Amino acid sequence: MPWLTSLLALPLVGLLVLLVIPGTARNFIRLWANAVLLAGLGLALPLWQAFDRTASGYQFVDRMPWIPTLGAQFLLGIDGISLLLVMLTALLGPIAALASWNAIEERTKEFYAMLLLLQFGMLGLFLALDLLLFFVFFEVVLVPMYFLIGIWGGERRLYAAIKFFLYTLAGSVVLLLGIIALYWQGGLQLARPTFELTELLRVQLPVDTQRWLFWAFFVGFAIKVPMVPFHTWLPDAHTEAPTAGSVLLAGVLLKMGTYGFVRLSLPLFPEAAREAAPILAVLSIVAILYGALISLMQQDWKRLVAYSSVSHMGFCTLGLAALNSNGIAGSVLQQINHGISTSLLFLLVGFIYERRHTRQIADFGGLAMVMPRFAFVFAVAVFSSAGLPLLNGFIGEFTILQGAFVVSRAWAGFAVFGIVLGAAYLLWLYQRTMLGDLRNEANRGLADLSPREWVTVLPLLGLALAIGVYPKPWFAVLERPVLEMVGRMGR
Amino acid sequence: MNFLDTIWLIPVFPLLGAVLMMLLGRHQFLDPQVENGSVGHHHHHDRGHDQDLRPRQGSRWLIGPLCSGFVLLSFLWSLGAVLAGRTEQVLFTWVAGLPFPAFDGRMVTLAADWGYLLDPLSAVMILMVTGIGFLIHVYSIAYMAHDGGLYRYFGCLNLFVFFMLVLVMANNYLLLFVGWEGVGLASYLLIGFYFKRKPASDAAIKAFLMNRIGDAGYLMALFFLLSIFGTLRFTEIEAAPHPLLGWATLLLLAGAVGKSAQLPLFTWLPDAMEGPTPVSALMHAATMVTAGVYLIVRAEPLFRLTPEVGSLAAAIGAATAVIAASIALVQHDIKKVLAYSTVSQLGLMFMALGVGAYWAALFHVVTHAFFKAQLFLGAGSVIHALDGEQDLRFMGGLRHQMPQTFRTMFIGTLALAGWPGLAGFFSKDSILTSAWAASPALFGAGLFTALLTAFYMGRLLFLTFFGAYRGDQHVHESPKRMTVPLWVLSLGSIGAGWFATPFAAWLGATPEPHSWGIMVASGAVAIAGLGIAYHFYIGRPGTADRWEESLPPVARLLRARWYFDDLYELIFVRGFARQGGAWLSAWDRRVVDGAVNGAGWLARRTGAVSKWSDTWIVDGAVNFTAIAVKLSSFPVRYLQTGLAQSYALLIVLSLAAMAGWYLLRSA
Repeated sequence: MPWLTSLLALPLVGLLVLLVIPGTARNFIRLWANAVLLAGLGLALPLWQAFDRTASGYQFVDRMPWIPTLGAQFLLGIDGISLLLVMLTALLGPIAALASWNAIEERTKEFYAMLLLLQFGMLGLFLALDLLLFFVFFEVVLVPMYFLIGIWGGERRLYAAIKFFLYTLAGSVVLLLGIIALYWQGGLQLARPTFELTELLRVQLPVDTQRWLFWAFFVGFAIKVPMVPFHTWLPDAHTEAPTAGSVLLAGVLLKMGTYGFVRLSLPLFPEAAREAAPILAVLSIVAILYGALISLMQQDWKRLVAYSSVSHMGFCTLGLAALNSNGIAGSVLQQINHGISTSLLFLLVGFIYERRHTRQIADFGGLAMVMPRFAFVFAVAVFSSAGLPLLNGFIGEFTILQGAFVVSRAWAGFAVFGIVLGAAYLLWLYQRTMLGDLRNEANRGLADLSPREWVTVLPLLGLALAIGVYPKPWFAVLERPVLEMVGRMGR
Repeated sequence: MNFLDTIWLIPVFPLLGAVLMMLLGRHQFLDPQVENGSVGHHHHHDRGHDQDLRPRQGSRWLIGPLCSGFVLLSFLWSLGAVLAGRTEQVLFTWVAGLPFPAFDGRMVTLAADWGYLLDPLSAVMILMVTGIGFLIHVYSIAYMAHDGGLYRYFGCLNLFVFFMLVLVMANNYLLLFVGWEGVGLASYLLIGFYFKRKPASDAAIKAFLMNRIGDAGYLMALFFLLSIFGTLRFTEIEAAPHPLLGWATLLLLAGAVGKSAQLPLFTWLPDAMEGPTPVSALMHAATMVTAGVYLIVRAEPLFRLTPEVGSLAAAIGAATAVIAASIALVQHDIKKVLAYSTVSQLGLMFMALGVGAYWAALFHVVTHAFFKAQLFLGAGSVIHALDGEQDLRFMGGLRHQMPQTFRTMFIGTLALAGWPGLAGFFSKDSILTSAWAASPALFGAGLFTALLTAFYMGRLLFLTFFGAYRGDQHVHESPKRMTVPLWVLSLGSIGAGWFATPFAAWLGATPEPHSWGIMVASGAVAIAGLGIAYHFYIGRPGTADRWEESLPPVARLLRARWYFDDLYELIFVRGFARQGGAWLSAWDRRVVDGAVNGAGWLARRTGAVSKWSDTWIVDGAVNFTAIAVKLSSFPVRYLQTGLAQSYALLIVLSLAAMAGWYLLRSA
């Protein structure tokens, strides 16, 4: 049985089975969805062992005809970059499902159906090696996320869901045009028209064409990341989404944009990418500082975390803009790190919201007194996000900044202030929510972390520490594909 | 067992303590149960200390001794290792990034080991950190006996020792940065120990952020060093001139300025006094804040190649020394006096670094660690006795009730003031001698600082222990567990100064020859400062007030701490963060998001337009076609009757007509 196809099919099969379970058996539905996602993690974990770090190209390739007349195939495969993102997705899926156990009382069946569909789309995107297939998954993901936000979200959920959907869709239309244009160009040069990535990489594109295609792809991916100034869908979507939605949105969906850059834009259009790099870098630095400063001002706990994502994703895109080995490797690692620490932050604010049904920072204060364990986990999450050495965030930021420095000292010099501002809004958030007196009586009886909640945060805490203390294995996975890519781009 | 092969254990002991405290204390970390329970005897010290945090009884007697024991073990282990020799030990490759081109074009790998270096410089720091750290742990057992959160307190204290050891033992600049940031974390946790108090958490954040500004510089310095030398390992860096080396040292200096509370990043240190007093003694006086000095001594080969950066360090140090000492003159809080004094003394060390007297700076680090730790612990003993009172105006005459504390603080005061023969005299003299060789202005600043130092220390001593008691507490001497560490530190305050020559030799430095003139000047200044203080506060009490009244602008300037805090508050907190953040938020909401919503609105408008056109034009066209068809079909309608017979008739007629027409044409 092909490994990656099974991994991809599992949530879909789970979804089909879920559909025949009666909607009233809510606990069974929850159990089933959790079991399916956990099984997916179980299926993905051995990949880490089996993956050959020294081999070049893609591994575990599954190839099946899909639309032969178009030259589109069902083609899956992974290299070190996608391996990390697949693992992250496989981990965050069950965590998001488990975190929603008590939160979703209405339309439970539909909720978990959407979660499974989302998992299918996310995994597919990172596994796909055929551009049409990639695009299909890029779009598939929108549907469940639209419903997750629109049905189970907060007060302004409809606005947020529609904004998210339309904004991303607008970007992906342009992306689709770009893919078709590339396909067309490929058809002229290659023996037969194909959407296969490795084939299209052989297409020689004039710089002028590259430029058009690069910016077409850029629109699609920059909205997804999101890069400033295309970021305003994010705070609304993240804030209004239910916890599982926020976790997967921040943890995985944003990485689809950066992954798109790494997998497609940079290798397919190297000359155009080199030309565009300074623009990307400036947008990234703006995102880092701008996102951080706006985070400082947020009165809504979740919105603050959302804006912090703008800042952190700025580091990821800055690393890509460096177009060198450490910049790109750091960027991919930081995508994983962001998935870990921001998911933690969203999980934690979700726990609080379930208890108090408010996200206003002013409603809290002194929570460390009543929820010491929560306060401990939150502190680790804060410092992981703020890039403290020996936790995951530092390694990524350090490597990215080093990569940026090699290209331009000014880039690194501006971006480095992100680490000051990052600590500022996070520590201030921590002070206003956790420290001080327990002013609000409503917070007095709050329960500390439950065992289920512990289970959702522990793997992330463990990973944060593991990556921070011993980052070498992560670089070992990335080394080969990143060096190949940089070699391809002539840097 | 070989100590040299196992130096990796030295930081492991306190780390073990920290982890153990976290695990053991997980149920009592901040036990919420206690909040409602009975607390019993409550002894108040350190303003606003918190009874709610008291852990359950039970194993709490074990916490302090256990954690002190770990630090003692560390101390003994490092003593064994230092006596055994020198070594460098690589444990594992910590960061293993990818290759990149260095400035000279060769490809090097971004990598750093987790490795330790035991050389004379790190030996001094390791022994100082663990030795003084141990004494302060012991002192804390009694001092914190009535406080809650003991697991957290001792756990964080052990965590601090761990990171500080990583900092001084690291064999490369990146691992040093791990310790550097780690002590910043421990500092944040301990300054904010009484986290229910807003000033405490404010001070903790301020300390962390101001340090981070320096850290940003440090990070940039790392990139310069990597690109210049291709490695961050101390023993692999071959110092050679490079056009960009000045940037590296300048940025390292920025990091040091943040960590060691120098101008312009010094205002966090006085605020850090919100932490428990032993923490102030250990971290914010004796060890952590000297990390900046250590860093520059470590980078000595690089700084020697960039003398202009050295001059900047000397200028910063001299200005910091004078300004901080002048602020200390008017502080009423006993800990604040000592805090500004620390900033000022660190300034002297930076001055020494700047003029190239690296060993003298480090020597002052060591002597200062003794008497400043002693003074802080003595102040803690006073605060403990006065039930949390820290204001000098409500002290006085305590020498009778607290003879042990008085005697040790007396020694410490004289040592810091530079009384001839005591520790501070010799280390300060080394600095002044080097400064004189470099620049008379620096020497003048140093001498003036010495005068101010002697004065404010005399003031502190006289206001605390002489005259009549001005408070209303029942005063008692502190227990032996607190006074014994004070006496041990006194030995250092008295004797450490005599080892200047062996100390320099240990570090492989050659000190400037002693100048009797400078010695006499510095001794005279110390005695004069103390004498003036005696005159002001004992001889003719009230003199100080009269001076203040006669010099209002100066007094205002000093009271306002030279307006640094206000300026930073205005520019960075209110201006940059609040106003800037608010402005950007509005921009983000109105303009950036406004454009998105505007596009949406436009789409809906065009939607409305197209709806109109759809209804009236597109659909209208369709309808028009329909109408046209309907109208044009008017005659045909009568043919379509729906009756099969008439259709059959029509078909037959048509066929007949077509056949006829065909026949006619072919004919």
